[in-house]
Amino acid sequence: MATFGTLSSRLTETFKNLRTKGKLSPADIDGTVREIRRALLEADVSLNVVKAFTGAVRERALGDEVNRALNPAQQVVQIVNEELVAILGGNQRRLQFAKKPPTVIMLAGLQGAGKTTLAGKLAKYLAKDKHTPLLVACDLQRPNAVTQLEVVAKNAGVAVFSPEPGNGVGDPVKVAKASIKYAIDKQHDIVIIDTAGRLGVDAELMKQASDIRKATNPDEVLFVIDAMTGQDAVATALAFQEGVDFTGVVLSKLDGDARGGAALSVVSETHRPILFASTGENLDDFEPFYPDRMASRILDLGDILTLIEQAQEAFDEDEAAKVAQKFATDTFTLEDFLSQMQQLRNMGSIKKMMSMLPGAGAMKAQLDNFDEREIVRTEAIIQSMTIAERRTPKLLNGSRRLRIAKGSGMSVTEVNALVNRFEQAAKMMKTVAKGGVPQIPGMGPIPGAGYGGKGKVPLKKKGSKSGNPAKRAAENAALASGVPLGGAAAGGSGSGFGLGSAAGGATVATGAKAPPTAEELSALQKMLGRG
Amino acid sequence: MAERTPWSLAGALRGLRGRKTIDDSTWEDLEEALLVADFGPDITEALMAQMRAQVAKYSTTDPEDLNRMLREALEERLAKHDTTLKLSDRPAVVLVVGVNGVGKTTTIGKLAKFVANSGRSVVVGAADTFRAAAVDQLATWAERAGVDIVRPQMEGQDPSAVAYQTVEWAIAHGTEIVIIDTAGRLQTKSGLMDELSKIRRVIEKQAPIAEVLLVLDATTGQNGLAQAEAFLEHAGVTGLVLTKLDGSAKGGFVLAVQERTGIPVKLVGNGEGIGDLAGFTPHAFAAALIG
Repeated sequence: MATFGTLSSRLTETFKNLRTKGKLSPADIDGTVREIRRALLEADVSLNVVKAFTGAVRERALGDEVNRALNPAQQVVQIVNEELVAILGGNQRRLQFAKKPPTVIMLAGLQGAGKTTLAGKLAKYLAKDKHTPLLVACDLQRPNAVTQLEVVAKNAGVAVFSPEPGNGVGDPVKVAKASIKYAIDKQHDIVIIDTAGRLGVDAELMKQASDIRKATNPDEVLFVIDAMTGQDAVATALAFQEGVDFTGVVLSKLDGDARGGAALSVVSETHRPILFASTGENLDDFEPFYPDRMASRILDLGDILTLIEQAQEAFDEDEAAKVAQKFATDTFTLEDFLSQMQQLRNMGSIKKMMSMLPGAGAMKAQLDNFDEREIVRTEAIIQSMTIAERRTPKLLNGSRRLRIAKGSGMSVTEVNALVNRFEQAAKMMKTVAKGGVPQIPGMGPIPGAGYGGKGKVPLKKKGSKSGNPAKRAAENAALASGVPLGGAAAGGSGSGFGLGSAAGGATVATGAKAPPTAEELSALQKMLGRG
Repeated sequence: MAERTPWSLAGALRGLRGRKTIDDSTWEDLEEALLVADFGPDITEALMAQMRAQVAKYSTTDPEDLNRMLREALEERLAKHDTTLKLSDRPAVVLVVGVNGVGKTTTIGKLAKFVANSGRSVVVGAADTFRAAAVDQLATWAERAGVDIVRPQMEGQDPSAVAYQTVEWAIAHGTEIVIIDTAGRLQTKSGLMDELSKIRRVIEKQAPIAEVLLVLDATTGQNGLAQAEAFLEHAGVTGLVLTKLDGSAKGGFVLAVQERTGIPVKLVGNGEGIGDLAGFTPHAFAAALIG
């Protein structure tokens, strides 16, 4: 997959060439703009949008603001980011609820866009906020869509209204109309209407969707679109806009490796905001859509804010403060390390988290190889140690290590590697806890850490200091437990300390920073490998 | 298919042909038309270069010639591979794979009908044990097509087991064609892709797999390439099915997929009816594209 290059990796590649330059000539800019155009086209951004976008970027890049900047290349990156955010909608919008319940939400979209699954996700999401959603089965066309919705409703723990069996039997408009009355009777404050998938060119079905809309007068009509959609996204979106006039967009299947293209096109052509993003097959894989974060994602600056939010949920603030204290006073032990790691696991999939880090696009291949169970193995090693050993790792002599290896079913080499990594991590964390934020590899572009370039110098040095490069490379290749460990320590504590500044920080400022170059990435990996 | 598909490329090229001579704007329009049809930047560039070279070679200035050359070039590229379905094994096992929501189950329903119509006995295996009500959806299609179905014995059963049982059933009953449905999976989920490799291995214990069909949605853009490569690697795809061609999408990316992976398009789906499935004919496809 790496050979295709997603939008982010293409742009990263483009900017790598730019960032080594001190000054930009018009030819440089033309070359870059061509690359951006190509990258956007490969990411399925519609041609009209690409033209407008590259035009705007080119004009601004040629203007004075670039050449007056300290680093013109970074300025171009910032322009691209700003334009992306502008197109994606700038601000996010939330669901509009009706003044007088029930709030009616209607879903529409092509076949296979993910409407039924989304209905379940949305219902579960709203139920979490103490709403009492009712799912309405108006897809009476696709075989067993009604059954699917009933199962989805059961899994989400919400009510479902499905008076008709489906499979071509029944009138969706009547069902939709009846559902409102049913919801009022049963005191459901939200009605979510799942409709059949339809093509933009199918006038008859469009009319039916429009009739459902007229019959129920929904507060929100959400257009569900697959993030993988190609150039057709705009045509389809416009057809639906004309047919049912949706009020918002939901981007589905964002967990694949196609990202951005369709979103950019649809938003810029229909001027309707994207409200939600659907990121997996489980009913919980659903989140509000943040245009600014999406722009950063496209630019491969990582999705630091989402990451921090998740960390915030999973991490205990007090615990984090305690750990910070321990780092600073050099009393961080393997025991703390273990509990950190367990906390980290509460945050969910490490892979998912890692992919939110800046520059993760380039590490995609390694991420794919990364084995989550590595953490379990590391835990096993630590748990095979006595309490005394965990508190003072210096105790660990050869025979103790052999015993631990046997106890955990690992080899002595692996035990040694863990101990070494722990020591280095503890050392690094100590520096960090004393205020050296930019040295945390994964947290590089946290707002407030200054303009990209400066923060990176210590990072590089730190990376090169880390000893035998061949050994590092081997370690990275094996992606030994280093990633979870480094990630654990860095991610965990970083979120604990960095939250204050990060939460208030402007994403646009984050986005403005240049994505890491290949060497910085390798430095990052080295850090993680040994962290 | 040709009549029902509103290719906007055709429209764009019609405007192009209205001109008297080939000039800069002709080239621009051509590039735009190709890009909008989802051919992708690579193929577009290659086609543009080829057309420029040919126009120079024959020193023609007639847009009509350009149009004809384009059609021939597309046809030639599309026709490079053999598009026939190979179902000569007994039982002939067909595994259907793809990302979520591309129309796998629907395609199986149509394919089952298509094969059953030509007098072969068919059994479908509901190995999509993940998505809610997928088994029931397939059962409805099986009923419509009048073919047998092997269902999972319990909810959430291992899909490989269902696939195995289906093949076993086919061998025991002497059924000629076995079509196995799988759960939709995004090509980036390596765990799920490994599951596909496992399904394949398990089936091959009893019978060789005749065809692995990757279903691609015509509305997909350049990500179709990534899908095809990943599924080729994990499932050993032997043919493509292009669905939802009755919409406004162009599906031009299949050309890139075909060239990059060497897997031919074998079937096209163009509607929700059980008869809306056809074999792929490069000639008709190219003609529909150019208009």
